[in-house]
Amino acid sequence: MPAATATIHQHEYQNGLTLVAEAMPGVQSASCTLLVPAGAAYEAAEGLDAGGGAATMLCEWLTRGAGDRDGRVLLEALDDLGVSHSESAQTIHASFAAATLGANLIPALEIFADVVLRPRFDEEEIEPIRSLCLQNLRSLEDDPGSKVIYELRERHFPAPWGRPAPGTAEDVARIKPQALRAFHQAAYRPNGAILGVAGAIDWPRLRDAVGELFDAWRPRPEPKLVEASAGPGRDHVTRETQQIQIAMAAPAATVAGPDYYRARAAVAILGGYSSARLFTEVREKRGLCYSVYASYEGQRERGAMLCYAGTSTERAQETLDVMLAEFHRLARRGVDLEELDTMRAGLKSSLIMAQESSMSRSGALASDWYFLGRVRPLDEIAAALDALTPESVSDYARALLKPDELTILTLGPTPLDVNFPA
Amino acid sequence: MTRFHHATLDNGLEVIAELNDDAHSIAAGFFVKAGSRDEAPELAGVSHFLEHMTFKGTARRDALTVNRDFDRVGAKHNAQTSEEDTFYHFTSLPEYLPPAFDVLADILRPTLREDDFETEKKVIIEEIRMYMDNPMSVAYEAAKAAHFGDHPLGNSILGTVESITAMKAADMRAYFASRYSPANIVLGFAGKGDWDELLQLARGRCRDWTGDRPSRDARPARGRLGFQALLREEDQQQTVVGVADGPPLESDDRYAAHLLATILGDHTSSRLYWALVDPGHADGAEISYQDYNQAGGFYAFLSCEPDALEDDLRRLAAVCREAMDRGVTEAELARAKNKVLSRAVLRGERPMGRLASLGFHWVYRRSYLPIEEELAAFSRVTVDQVRRLLGEWPLWPMTLVSVGPTADVQPPK
Repeated sequence: MPAATATIHQHEYQNGLTLVAEAMPGVQSASCTLLVPAGAAYEAAEGLDAGGGAATMLCEWLTRGAGDRDGRVLLEALDDLGVSHSESAQTIHASFAAATLGANLIPALEIFADVVLRPRFDEEEIEPIRSLCLQNLRSLEDDPGSKVIYELRERHFPAPWGRPAPGTAEDVARIKPQALRAFHQAAYRPNGAILGVAGAIDWPRLRDAVGELFDAWRPRPEPKLVEASAGPGRDHVTRETQQIQIAMAAPAATVAGPDYYRARAAVAILGGYSSARLFTEVREKRGLCYSVYASYEGQRERGAMLCYAGTSTERAQETLDVMLAEFHRLARRGVDLEELDTMRAGLKSSLIMAQESSMSRSGALASDWYFLGRVRPLDEIAAALDALTPESVSDYARALLKPDELTILTLGPTPLDVNFPA
Repeated sequence: MTRFHHATLDNGLEVIAELNDDAHSIAAGFFVKAGSRDEAPELAGVSHFLEHMTFKGTARRDALTVNRDFDRVGAKHNAQTSEEDTFYHFTSLPEYLPPAFDVLADILRPTLREDDFETEKKVIIEEIRMYMDNPMSVAYEAAKAAHFGDHPLGNSILGTVESITAMKAADMRAYFASRYSPANIVLGFAGKGDWDELLQLARGRCRDWTGDRPSRDARPARGRLGFQALLREEDQQQTVVGVADGPPLESDDRYAAHLLATILGDHTSSRLYWALVDPGHADGAEISYQDYNQAGGFYAFLSCEPDALEDDLRRLAAVCREAMDRGVTEAELARAKNKVLSRAVLRGERPMGRLASLGFHWVYRRSYLPIEEELAAFSRVTVDQVRRLLGEWPLWPMTLVSVGPTADVQPPK
């Protein structure tokens, strides 16, 4: 693995905002990702009760006019700077991501500082936003593959950690502008916010500019979240679709925890690439489906393996049976060295290739900082991967796949039987 | 700095490379001029099915070995089939290029075994069913068929459950023999690599390939501008795809066409965005430009509530007519250029992004387009050129296909 050529800088401002940046040689672009801990989970914070979908509605409202600019002027200003951007609420964070040519990054950040700190909150925008969010929920109903993952996360993670950012039609229909303002007031805070920047940057200039732009942002107490139990562990959602969607989740190690790399290895070997076990057994050998995979999702306090397949009604039972048999085989018999080497090669290559894109790098910097309070150097990751052995990963796989801890959800015309191999 | 190289092997296979020492990886790909427009009606979907079958094994590897040999060197591999091309590609670290390329070149000469063919048939049918659950895919396929009619550009890429079920391995072998000849394929590389080494690898793996130079039915296409409403009671939203003719990829007007589509229908801050999405009339409204060999199209995409459909179609018509009557402004054009230029730079920073631009350009134009020249071509577009384009390629009326819970809808006049 070649040595990392990039330099990573970090700075924590007085209000608690953290800037973490990487100057990337050989790129013309620069990208930023601002993570604010104001995702859908915080809608349920004590004393807030903002309603399902509030985080998403607020995110949309913020960009419809801020500082000196109304909504149209604001979006045009971003266009003038050639900024590709996306703003969205996820479960934990509200995320503001932007990419442009290096010279235009600081002017773009000026606009995002307005968006986060000085939204206009024009009430005329509320009904259009409500209509948009309600339609997004309807479109999600028409997209069974995405729908089933939202439903799975909601059942698997203890509330509010699986809360779907699109919310519910019932809540979106009734949320008042005042509730959105209150949510902004309580949840949008610099303490806990992380700005990741990568690409063609001048560090001292960036550090000073960000300091000035976000200086007026006042820290606030962290909203208190109350956890509720997850479930149900087995469920079916009836829909008249061509295919049955099968979605499963199992608890897995956290990003910061000692078992992180073992968890990533076990999940990847199960379903992370084309010669992984699920793809081989379900698709290549039996032709049961087009799409089947397993992936890892990390949160600070918990992690999970998420697993998916979509297939025709008459072949769905066999698909589920084969998937469960593969879980069982992995837990019982573990992994071999060749599989582990393949997994290592794939993950290392992805990490190095991510160095070519300022967009993926800025997201990774912010995410590393959120989970670890630092950025993991490439050689540290490579060393941790190299230290894995078939025995260590096999031991972990045994703990990963316990039938009574699995959440299993199907969506389609008919439910399936869950038969664990003996 | 980047360096461009080009060579033609004795059997007609062309090899191109844009090399850049600053890259961390290298992308490699075969561009095969074979897509749904090259298919006879009874073989609907054979190009895409063949793309799947190439990964199912060769004289030296079975399907599991193909996947394993890519994965063991961390190569990210995939393939796509369109109306006109099948593109096989991977990205790897430079030191793993030789073993990964060995697999990619190997699979371009697949065995197409009977039992693999029958297993993979089931996967293709699952893929078709997956897209049948997606209203936008259903509307897109139907709109192309309605617009292009008997012209082969109206053919479905995936085919149908019926055409795939009826297909025989022998038909696919004949199709392969007719389209996968070396003179119909371009091999491209982009990223960090050494030209002499790449060319030697290409010669070593591809020089024994044989076959004739196939032709394509590339008569110009003109759309039929029809209207269709397909009932899907299970859907919640109404989905519409519209098609109007546009300049072909052979025309230099494609830059103006791309900018026009950005001004009118980019996903953010375009005229359609302000007319439909910002006010909450629709949760999606876009226009994009697609160029083809001797044809082109402006595609409109709309997702809205069934009750809003007729009003939204009127709004779409108004945006198109307004542009036809008055053109676009200098400020709009300047803004669209900024968007397009910045996106091209971002895409070009990844070797795979460069390889795709570079390769498709070479396949149809036999020339090298450095990113600076592509950006300059966008910069040169004027509002007068956009106005002339709109005169030559009117956006309205367009072919419209609506899919969703209501079929009771009248198209706007």
